[in-house]
Amino acid sequence: MKDEGDHMTDQKPFVDIRHAQKSYGTLEVLKDINLQVQKGQIVAIIGPSGSGKSTLLRAINDLDPLTGGEVWLEDKQINKNLPHRQYEKHINLVRQEIGMVFQHFNLFPHLTVRGNVTLAPKMLKGLSDVEANTLAEAQLDKVGMLERIDYYPSQLSGGQKQRVAIARALAMNPKVMLFDEATSALDPELVEEVNLVMKKLAEEHMTMIIVTHEMSFAESVCDRVLFMDQGVVVEEGPPEVMFRNPTSDRTKEFLRKHLAGQHP
Amino acid sequence: MGLDFTVIPQYLDIVLWGALWTILITLGAATVSFIGGMFLAVIALYAPLLVRLPFRAFAFLFMGTPLLLQLFLIYFGLVQVGIDVPAVMAGIIGLGLHFAVYNSELFQTGILAVDKGQVEAARTVGLSRMQALRKVVVPQAVRDVIPPIGNNMISLLKDSALVSVIGVSELTLSAQRAIGSTYRPFEFYVLVAVIYYIINLFMEAVQRRVERRVQASR
Repeated sequence: MKDEGDHMTDQKPFVDIRHAQKSYGTLEVLKDINLQVQKGQIVAIIGPSGSGKSTLLRAINDLDPLTGGEVWLEDKQINKNLPHRQYEKHINLVRQEIGMVFQHFNLFPHLTVRGNVTLAPKMLKGLSDVEANTLAEAQLDKVGMLERIDYYPSQLSGGQKQRVAIARALAMNPKVMLFDEATSALDPELVEEVNLVMKKLAEEHMTMIIVTHEMSFAESVCDRVLFMDQGVVVEEGPPEVMFRNPTSDRTKEFLRKHLAGQHP
Repeated sequence: MGLDFTVIPQYLDIVLWGALWTILITLGAATVSFIGGMFLAVIALYAPLLVRLPFRAFAFLFMGTPLLLQLFLIYFGLVQVGIDVPAVMAGIIGLGLHFAVYNSELFQTGILAVDKGQVEAARTVGLSRMQALRKVVVPQAVRDVIPPIGNNMISLLKDSALVSVIGVSELTLSAQRAIGSTYRPFEFYVLVAVIYYIINLFMEAVQRRVERRVQASR
């Protein structure tokens, strides 16, 4: 092993998607997609609905298994070819290292905020009640939800729910966070509180892959932006290029439609 | 011959013992029907076909035949094959399994109604399929079907009177015994009806309490 591997610029990718292919019957939704994300990098995936961006994101933790290609996290292949039982064991372990945040929060409504955050650490990491509580309090404090620790999800606003969902994911101490349109279901005035939490994670150098419609947010926090359309990556680059000076006509067209009204 | 309720106090202890047995049998059978119903629901939804089929046959048997016949079969029939079930146990098992089949239908509906995103969220943090089912799906399904399950349990209480035919001195049979000595059917049947109704009210109160408690977790 190389001692200075972490500091080299041409290091091995942290998340590595190689030749990802996915089809439903004859419908090909992902066509030979490659995506390499370095440790601490923040990548935004943008594109029209139906472009395959959510499918790609959900392939990373195998919620939507690929029909071809490989997904790697560090030196582990995620979508390994294993007998069913072994595969389940493998994927459950891998998923502990990948946090995911959904558009519709998917908090567990029958559990309090505390119960939501402590469930997995208690079940999977064998934390005691006291340890799990300490952990939950720390994570909830980070997202500014500590004072709602004993509330049920139904008693929270959308923005608060999403912040709890982020805390729930963080409680497993993931190596990478996936955000699947985390703010799309929120009222406009609630988007900012979630964006702030995501920015905070960015400052802590969390590796993040973000599917989003929030172009200004993507521009301000991301290191790299991918534009996907019809199952392919049309163009990718740093946000200042992608948003100010894209080369592809499809990217330009998409951004023009999307930014209309946002940047008067 | 007019009505004479003054005979009741003399036989009240017999009737109240009967009431106690009715409550015990109802509680026992309700427990069997709840756990058994959940078990059957999970089998019906998730087990491989070869496991599912015998259980489905079992469910048909219990849904498609009279409860009375099932009690006879368990109590009188099983002795012939060497399984001697005491009457009270036969009553609890018979009633319990019968209502387990009905509860299973409700639990299945409840489980299927839980949003898919719930399982996804549970699997995403690393829970296995079984862990997600146990900790996330089933609790929500149970919470959502409490009202219809409560109705089933009230039917169960009423149907527990059938256990009298296999000789358990529960409420109905103990009333018949009192009537046998006094020849006062009206008085004792009215008394028993009132007691059933009181137990019923109590069960409804419990159900309301449970529903209120889970209200916040919706």
